Order: sequence, then structure tokens, then C-alpha cells
Amino acid sequence: MTKLTMTVEGDHNFVVTRRFAAPPQAVYRAHLEPALIQRWMLGPEGWTMPVCVNEARPGGKIRYEWADGAGHGFYLTGEFVELTPFSKIVHVERMHMPDATPDNHVETRFESDGAGTLMTMRMTLPNPETRAAMLASGMEFGMEASYVRLDAMI
Amino acid sequence: MPDLDAVFASLADPTRRAILARLAIGEATVLDIAKPFSMTQPAISRHLKVLEGSGLIVRRVEGAKHPCRLAPDGLATIEPWLDMLRAALKKNYDRLDGVLAAMTPDLGKDPT
Repeated sequence: MTKLTMTVEGDHNFVVTRRFAAPPQAVYRAHLEPALIQRWMLGPEGWTMPVCVNEARPGGKIRYEWADGAGHGFYLTGEFVELTPFSKIVHVERMHMPDATPDNHVETRFESDGAGTLMTMRMTLPNPETRAAMLASGMEFGMEASYVRLDAMI
Repeated sequence: MPDLDAVFASLADPTRRAILARLAIGEATVLDIAKPFSMTQPAISRHLKVLEGSGLIVRRVEGAKHPCRLAPDGLATIEPWLDMLRAALKKNYDRLDGVLAAMTPDLGKDPT
């Protein structure tokens, strides 16, 4: 029921879906309140988010900074475009590594699904190269986690 | 379609992953790529050779320069990239399940 799906759609989009047992109100809040975001949006074990700025209003700023505790880190900045409690968040984001990646336009929807929530996050990139860039920059987070599995494969 | 073993071996090195992240922003020369690293240019060139060999980047000849960029086909088709992102997202959302479970009691009273 909680299975994550990831789909490359056409030339510009990347879509993630995930079901949650909690109602949309809770899932929506967990995507906007820094104290909650800092508990889950962390990537691999050992990473933390020491800075989480989320001005949850149209035009409001977003800044997430991640650190691995060993001197490595990177950050993301963005702006909110539209917020519809408790069903939709639209924002623009970019990673800084330290140069900025091209803007990623993200629409996240939260729909009731029985007692829970179906979340659909649709990312729109300006072109296929930029989408590849987004996947590559997101990759670093997945590396650590996936290497446990990879060790067994090689 | 790149050889998956070569791709995995290629991605196993943090410097090579950093190089890919740099190239994700756009084409770059060896000099550009070497700048943020405390490494010699030959060392960077060796990493680039590995990345090129696994089909993740392509290089073109422009005079004496050989600018590198991500191989679009390599990235668009290989599952490992998506797998890595999936692992990261899965971990995040599994954690979110825990955060939500701790929040839900006070939302249970929400009349909506």
C-alpha cells in the first residue's frame, strides 16, 4: 500500500507517487513544517538537515541544507508558487552543488485514499538534459543507501 | 545501452559522482572539472576515462580541448540512476511514515 512509484513521463517530467496511512492534512503539514521536514527529508543514514527554511506562502522562500557530519553537504533553494491546504503545493527548486542546477518545477498533490493519502509529485524540467541533471544530482543521496544492496550484487 | 557492471563500478567512486553532478549542469573541460578538486589534472583525466568507458559521459574534440558532457542516452535509459534515487526517496518516505504516525493522534479529531 505504501509502494513508491517513479516514472519518467515524456521528455520533461518525472513523477513520484507514494501512499500514506495518514490523512492528507498530516501529509501536507509534514511537507511544510520545518520541524517535521527535518525529521524525514534526510537521504541516507547519518545525514541531517541543520537548516530548514520554509516560508509557506506564495512567493515564500525555501532553503534546505544537508550535512553528513563529516564536512560534506549541499543545499537546495526554491520559492513557493501556490499552496492549497491540504491538497496541493506548487514550488520551484534548484540544487546547489555548489553551482545551481536548472530550476525544477514541482507540483505535489495530496488526495484522500480511503483513510490515507495518495501523494503525487510531478516534477517538470525545461528539457531532457535538465531532467537528467536532476536525476544525477538526486543520485548522491541514494548512493549510500543503495550501496548496501550493491555490495551484494557485485 | 551501457554495460551495467561498468556503470556500477564507475559510480562507486565519490569523485566520479561529483564529476557527474558537475556535468549535469552542463558541458565542461577537464580544467573546469578539475578546479573544485584537490587533484591533479591527470588524476581527473583518469576518472573521466572511466566515466567515458562506461558510457556515462561523452567527449568531443574541439582543438586541443576535449569538453565532456553527460551521455543523454546513458542517463535516460539506465535503471541504476533511477534505482539510486528510488533508494533515497524510499528511505525518506519510510521515515515520513513514522513522523506521520506520531502526528496522527492530534489530527484524528479534525472534523474535515
